[in-house]
Amino acid sequence: MQESILDPRSEPDNNRLAGFLPRKPNKWHYTSGALALLVAVPLLVVFSGWLKPETEIWSHLADTILDQLVINTIKLVVGVGIGVVILGVSLAWLTARCEFPGRKWFDWLLMLPMAMPAYVLAFVAIGLLDFSGPVQTALRTWAGTSNIWFPEIRSTGGLITVMVIAFYPYVYMMARTAFITQGRSTLEAARMLGAGSYGVFWRIALPMARPAIAAGTTLALMETLADFGTVATFNYDTFTTAIYQAWFGFFSLQAASQLASILLLLVFVSLMLEKSSRSKSKYHDSMRSGEPPRLHLSGWRGWTVSGLLALLFLIAFLAPFIQLCLWSIEVITTDFDERYLGLLGHTLLLGALAATVTVIAGMVLGFARRFQPDRTTLVTTSLATLGYALPGSVLAVGIMVAASGFDNGINNLFESIGLDMPGQILGGSLLALVLAYVIRFMAVAFGPIETVLSRIRPSLPEAARSLGATSSQTLKAIYLPLLRPGLMTGLLLVMVDTMKEMPATLLMRPFGWDTLAVRIYEMTSEGEWERAALPAITLVFAGLIPVVLLTRRSLKRLK
Amino acid sequence: MENLLEIEKIHCGYEGHDVVDDFDLSLAPGTMISLLGPSGCGKTTVLRAIAGFEPVSSGKIHLDGRTVSSPKIRVSPERRRVGMVFQDYALFPHLDIAANIAFGLPRESAAEKKRITDRMLELVGMEGFAHRYPDELSGGQQQRVAVARALAPEPRLLLLDEPFSNLDTELRERLAIDVRDMLKEQNMAAIFVTHDQNEAFVMGDRTGVIHNGRILQFDTAFNLYHEPANRFVADFIGHGRFLQGEMLGPDKVQTRLGILHGNRAYPWDKGTKVDILLRPDDVLIDEDSPIRCFIQEKAFRGADTMYTVGMNIDSELLSLMPSRFDYKVGDEVGIEIDIDHLVLFRHQS
Repeated sequence: MQESILDPRSEPDNNRLAGFLPRKPNKWHYTSGALALLVAVPLLVVFSGWLKPETEIWSHLADTILDQLVINTIKLVVGVGIGVVILGVSLAWLTARCEFPGRKWFDWLLMLPMAMPAYVLAFVAIGLLDFSGPVQTALRTWAGTSNIWFPEIRSTGGLITVMVIAFYPYVYMMARTAFITQGRSTLEAARMLGAGSYGVFWRIALPMARPAIAAGTTLALMETLADFGTVATFNYDTFTTAIYQAWFGFFSLQAASQLASILLLLVFVSLMLEKSSRSKSKYHDSMRSGEPPRLHLSGWRGWTVSGLLALLFLIAFLAPFIQLCLWSIEVITTDFDERYLGLLGHTLLLGALAATVTVIAGMVLGFARRFQPDRTTLVTTSLATLGYALPGSVLAVGIMVAASGFDNGINNLFESIGLDMPGQILGGSLLALVLAYVIRFMAVAFGPIETVLSRIRPSLPEAARSLGATSSQTLKAIYLPLLRPGLMTGLLLVMVDTMKEMPATLLMRPFGWDTLAVRIYEMTSEGEWERAALPAITLVFAGLIPVVLLTRRSLKRLK
Repeated sequence: MENLLEIEKIHCGYEGHDVVDDFDLSLAPGTMISLLGPSGCGKTTVLRAIAGFEPVSSGKIHLDGRTVSSPKIRVSPERRRVGMVFQDYALFPHLDIAANIAFGLPRESAAEKKRITDRMLELVGMEGFAHRYPDELSGGQQQRVAVARALAPEPRLLLLDEPFSNLDTELRERLAIDVRDMLKEQNMAAIFVTHDQNEAFVMGDRTGVIHNGRILQFDTAFNLYHEPANRFVADFIGHGRFLQGEMLGPDKVQTRLGILHGNRAYPWDKGTKVDILLRPDDVLIDEDSPIRCFIQEKAFRGADTMYTVGMNIDSELLSLMPSRFDYKVGDEVGIEIDIDHLVLFRHQS
């Protein structure tokens, strides 16, 4: 009985078959339930925006921009979805199953675009490729005429391209792992049964990798739907920009939450699609029978592939990276000042704060699942880690509405008993912002913690108990040291994600708490690309740390 | 003498499904016993109930006269002074061998810890490994460390849960003898759980055969083999086949192979249909015997060969012969039954 490890007197777990509510709730039910409520409350609040609709602003929005928002969003989702699948899967296939010059380098180089926030890539792309940017200027000088054709970067196509480049690593990463772990024997069996190498790809490898591809694509689409900075840079109207306008333009949280609820519906639809595509396909990694054989691309074919991948890497990471460095050097004497250091300090502090709280909460969820593995905790922990699907702007609206409701309640209470009203308590506070980060990134912390926790065999804590250690001593001497790698990974990932987070930070930051991401938004919205570069390159370097560390670790593990 | 461990009619398991059913057991200080049974028979659950990891839904477990488990009482594992050696060794991967062994000695001084650790390493023959880590050790070495770690805090009782099942056969037998000798040297009371009868007989002074959560017979290896109390034990321990017969008298049975005499009486009426347990060493192949059969299968085992001989379509016997007699499958041979005590069960149709 696993739950007995921490609580020797807990009853045997008879709840497995019972309904959702446990007969005798214990501390694990309460804590995981409380964390689930953190997610549920902002969600419900957003939808309850319809109970008291702000008809005036809403009908204005509905008349003017609503259909455009929906059309824009669908265009974006379809375009990015198709793009990341094609790019991600073909890159994964090439690096996982083929051999060509430089293949080992591309394994991890192709992950690096992950370190560059989409909104950074967006403004660098515009800065580079715009009419007045260095590329077109150079072309005109070279051609000797100002009358040359060049694709317009500030277009739907340009935006989709930027987002595909920014988000394909999700698909690449998951499909690659799937292709590698498919095992030699399944594929060899297919060959024995007469399938050629194309047949193996289309009939075996691709269908087997489908759940992973679907999961990666869903992550990419979540990012697309949640994105604010990229679409704002491209002046492309979507729900996130409309929420921002409703909030800061009309000062209407009500209209913002109505918009947020529509965005949320779109998110749930894509989650549902992913789930239904996965439900019928429960593939297990076949028994590890060695890495599948690689197709050797020899001669010009191999070099062509290397060349194309190098070009992609240049476009997706190297060129933007170099451009950011150049711009940063341009402005470093003027912009590397106290103001920058203040932004950096706030960003790091918020990141550390959010990471610490999130990892502790994630650990509690992990323990709840381990020690109380019944349906209740399964549901509450799943709900508590649902936040990754909530766009930052939606979350911000939900939390702010809930917080102002809370503040009003407190103020009315104080007034009714004749005390001075305390004013805003939660609304606009640091606590509310950190709460938004914790909800949004709970799954990021929970994932690595749960993975490590599931590898701690139950016999280890039992051995400690039989050697005389109490449950709290076992926690300290066995669980915490063994969990350390998972906790560290969680801390790092949440910290970096928090530092890069833009929409919730923009909407919720308390006065005087500007971060690097906020600065980037302010500068890019005025077209001052150079002045956005220094904070941007800082975020890219921060983002490189987990990408490099985790990619190296996963490469090692796959070997 | 007061028993160290007393188990009174315990039940364990989930609602409506008892994994352990009305289980009794007692253990005197300094004795070692084995619990033997097929997988899923509940033997590991009994062990975990004694260790305090598994609650009992009825019955009681006493250690040194004190109740440690009952439906109302559950003394937590760390307060039972019961050591456990796990099937997967359960060495702490983040601690070196010395720290693993000293884990159960938090209150000792550093010097005392070192003294005990060194003594334990010497006992299990692992001197010089104190500062290695578990993943640098082979399976057999890890198992020795696991035993040393469990013994270090001087538990009053040691439980071993299939401790050798992850090792290869040769190492398994040697380690079983080594571990038994170590435990005997410490005069340690121990319960050893396994599905392998050879291990069970090496480790235990006596062995309990468990089936469906109950002990069917608790006895010495010799008696389990030669005097099985019931059909399951007869089947499970050693090899053998049943031959049908009819009682002629209290110690006489008529069979198709002639009349068999035994040295013990059964209280059944003349004419009762019975099954006679015939072990492979009870059946001899004798060219001159008038009872003719065919060799159906043969399994060469080194010093001897196990033959399956068919008497007619529906019944067969096993015969163990020194391997210098080399018959072939299909050969017609004569057999002779050489048996001095009969093990009989009432025939079940």
